[in-house]
Amino acid sequence: MDQLLQFLISGLTVGSIYALVALGFSIIYNASDVVNFAQGEFVMIGAMSAIFLLKGGLPYPLAALCGISITVLVGLALDKLAIEPAKNATVVTTIIITIGASIFLRGVALLIWGKEIYGLPPFTGDKPITIGTATILPQNIWVMVGTAAAVLAVKYFFDKTIMGKAIMACSFNKKAAFLVGINVKQMLLISYGLSAALGASAGILIAPITFMSYGSGVMLGLKGFCAAILGGMGSSMGAVVGGLLLGLIETVGAGFISSGYKDAIAFFVIMLVLFIRPSGILGKAESDRV
Amino acid sequence: MKRLAGYYCFAIATLMLPLLFPDSYYVTVVGVTVCTNIVLAVSLNLLMGYAGQISLGHAAFFGLGAYSSAVLTIKYGMNPWLAMTAGVIAVTVLSYVLSRPILRLKGHYLAMATLGLGIIVHIFFVQADQFTGGPDGISGLPVLSILGYPIDSDLKWYWTFAIFMLASVLFSLNIAHSRSGRALAAVHGSEIAAQMLGVDTARVKSYVFVFSAVLACITGSLFAHQQDFVSPESFSFFFSIELVTMVVLGGLGSTFGAVIGAILLSLLPEVLLVFEDFEVMIFGAILMVIMIFLPQGLFVAMEQTFFRLLRRKNQRAADVTS
Amino acid sequence: MSLLEARKLEKQFGGLKAISGLSFSVPENIIFSVIGPNGAGKTTLFNMLTSIYKPTSGSIFYKGNNITGMPPHKVAGLGITRTFQNLQVFLNMTALENVKVGCHLHSKSGLISAALRLPSVMKEEHRVRKMAMEVLEFCGLGDIADMPASALPYGILKKLEIARALAAQPDLLLMDEPAAGLNDTETMELCDLIVQICQSGITIILVEHNMRLVMEISHHVLVLNYGKLLAQGSPYEIQHNSKVISAYLGGE
Repeated sequence: MDQLLQFLISGLTVGSIYALVALGFSIIYNASDVVNFAQGEFVMIGAMSAIFLLKGGLPYPLAALCGISITVLVGLALDKLAIEPAKNATVVTTIIITIGASIFLRGVALLIWGKEIYGLPPFTGDKPITIGTATILPQNIWVMVGTAAAVLAVKYFFDKTIMGKAIMACSFNKKAAFLVGINVKQMLLISYGLSAALGASAGILIAPITFMSYGSGVMLGLKGFCAAILGGMGSSMGAVVGGLLLGLIETVGAGFISSGYKDAIAFFVIMLVLFIRPSGILGKAESDRV
Repeated sequence: MKRLAGYYCFAIATLMLPLLFPDSYYVTVVGVTVCTNIVLAVSLNLLMGYAGQISLGHAAFFGLGAYSSAVLTIKYGMNPWLAMTAGVIAVTVLSYVLSRPILRLKGHYLAMATLGLGIIVHIFFVQADQFTGGPDGISGLPVLSILGYPIDSDLKWYWTFAIFMLASVLFSLNIAHSRSGRALAAVHGSEIAAQMLGVDTARVKSYVFVFSAVLACITGSLFAHQQDFVSPESFSFFFSIELVTMVVLGGLGSTFGAVIGAILLSLLPEVLLVFEDFEVMIFGAILMVIMIFLPQGLFVAMEQTFFRLLRRKNQRAADVTS
Repeated sequence: MSLLEARKLEKQFGGLKAISGLSFSVPENIIFSVIGPNGAGKTTLFNMLTSIYKPTSGSIFYKGNNITGMPPHKVAGLGITRTFQNLQVFLNMTALENVKVGCHLHSKSGLISAALRLPSVMKEEHRVRKMAMEVLEFCGLGDIADMPASALPYGILKKLEIARALAAQPDLLLMDEPAAGLNDTETMELCDLIVQICQSGITIILVEHNMRLVMEISHHVLVLNYGKLLAQGSPYEIQHNSKVISAYLGGE
């Protein structure tokens, strides 16, 4: 029972990160039908920038904010330089472009920050709090709170602001959105910026718990994508649900079955989802017109 | 025979290489790597280029071939050819069973499913260390002999791989200009129209998936014997991406595109040796630039330019004579 | 004996009944047209006849055999083939290769024998090429055989799709709005082609909006409205049927 509580805490923590990454995937996919395989690199760049700015002497909050801003710039550049020029490309082509972008960003990170691993100091100290026989670090709470805040902010943005609704319109029908005067290109750009911000936030939240290096983005990105599929690619809330669920499944699986195969669990789950119900938990089934 | 003119030139060049440059490390050792990559790229091209599917997990079948040869010969003392056959049978069954549910998917979902397959297999190689030797790998494969002649020198390995590669390329070219090749391309062009003409699209996709997997598997077995060492590193998700890069770099749907893509990408690390730290970044940049500006691939772009120039020359000649 | 028989076909998409209680039979060797306002369910009907959709209820009989819900490629194997409202030409191949795919059912070499280029494969390739060229010439497309389909104009592609379907040597050809997007000259050529196809022994079921085409060449016309059978008969009978007139022109 107490083991279960510990699993719950770890699972929700890592699940929150997956949720943020998945949400980022979902936003870009909804706006532009592109699966951004470089999403994980946003997480890495956010964390690594913040780490090095902190080392350089900036106060923690400012370093974090700048880390996020740098990542947002990278996201905007990705849209402008790689996605926009290839707007009529096939699905395979765009997949490979974003994979290329992810490799490129990793290569740049390798040049700038080398191969070593780094961490951020915890936000408010590292004294574990005990709940029953389970322990929870203050940072775990920060991760969950931070994720909840980000998710609520995004939900408010899409439901209640004009800009958010404009982006939603683009996801339903780009031509129609364009015809009613929405600057589609700008909306796509904002989506990328938003996704980058979410990814960077995830990186900064998790860096005090897991160490980061130039290659940390890959697995996070892939698993975030798994979470998005699990929850249903078209649905933002689905992405969040998928992320939390995936985190829990992975942690419990690693605990009961084997920790070596932990990464395999996420992909195994996703293949099951793809075989049985590709639209995911909250997604809608697709159909073609002949 | 005119159809295969390009192929014959390529075959002659490949076979002449060690004769023109005897005792060259580059030809024999790098040549083997290039041949390996060519077969893998050509096999992936059948699936991605002709049939229009995506696979981000092709390295898995390459690895399964390598590990079955390594494990069965080292740990169970099996005859190398028997081990290779066992690997082929296992991969045939596995790829066939997986092909049906996987190939029902399209686009990103298909990409993800094949990615998942590749990653799960790779993790298995790393984790099942009683069999696979874990992250450190295993070595000590017995010598491979063909009809009693042992392949025990770099040069002999070059001939083996070169012949295997040339056969694979020929098979791929033959398939392209056949009923099967057209069925594959039809599936790519319009699955529904293909079905309406009697093409069992699910079966066609399955068969090409299995065929390309088996080709990769055999390559893996040869690779294991030649390297005398297998470790999970060679069969990671990154290598699957490299293979996809080779196929699209040259040009999806073109056998020779895949060949050129494989050659270029195999030689790239040698060229980039000077810029070792920049290698990852440059690789990513190349991928992006080619896909944005030349999505049809280098080889197809070259072909198109060539024909455009030819047409312009003929046009000018016609103008002069009229 | 009728070639094709539909019995009480129903197709429901969620809350929408696209087709309800539709029964009809198509005799051999005629041009059978299905007309009706947009949204009447014509393409849905076609998709059911070619097994792209499974009927919610009801059955389809072809040459006396129940083909309801059979996989599309098996339906094609029985001798039914179709052309599409939204062109489904293989743009990644040449015109000739498109038609060669049509010969798929009448050839049989597989992946392995193709890879090895066995003599049987080479003989078959020869035969397929000849068959495909003959069909192309029948449709007046002989001189564009080696052009990539992506470079051909719309009108030619429409004809190409027909040629491809003919290469499969069907007994029943379903044509979904073949005249859509064609000018008057092209439409007249299409008229002649369809009549020629019927005369060569193939039964044709036609969905069309172009009334002149329909009335000129059809032997039998069936009118759909809101997924139900409104009327059927000869072109003359349909033109003078009051229910049809009010459905198309509004009641008086």
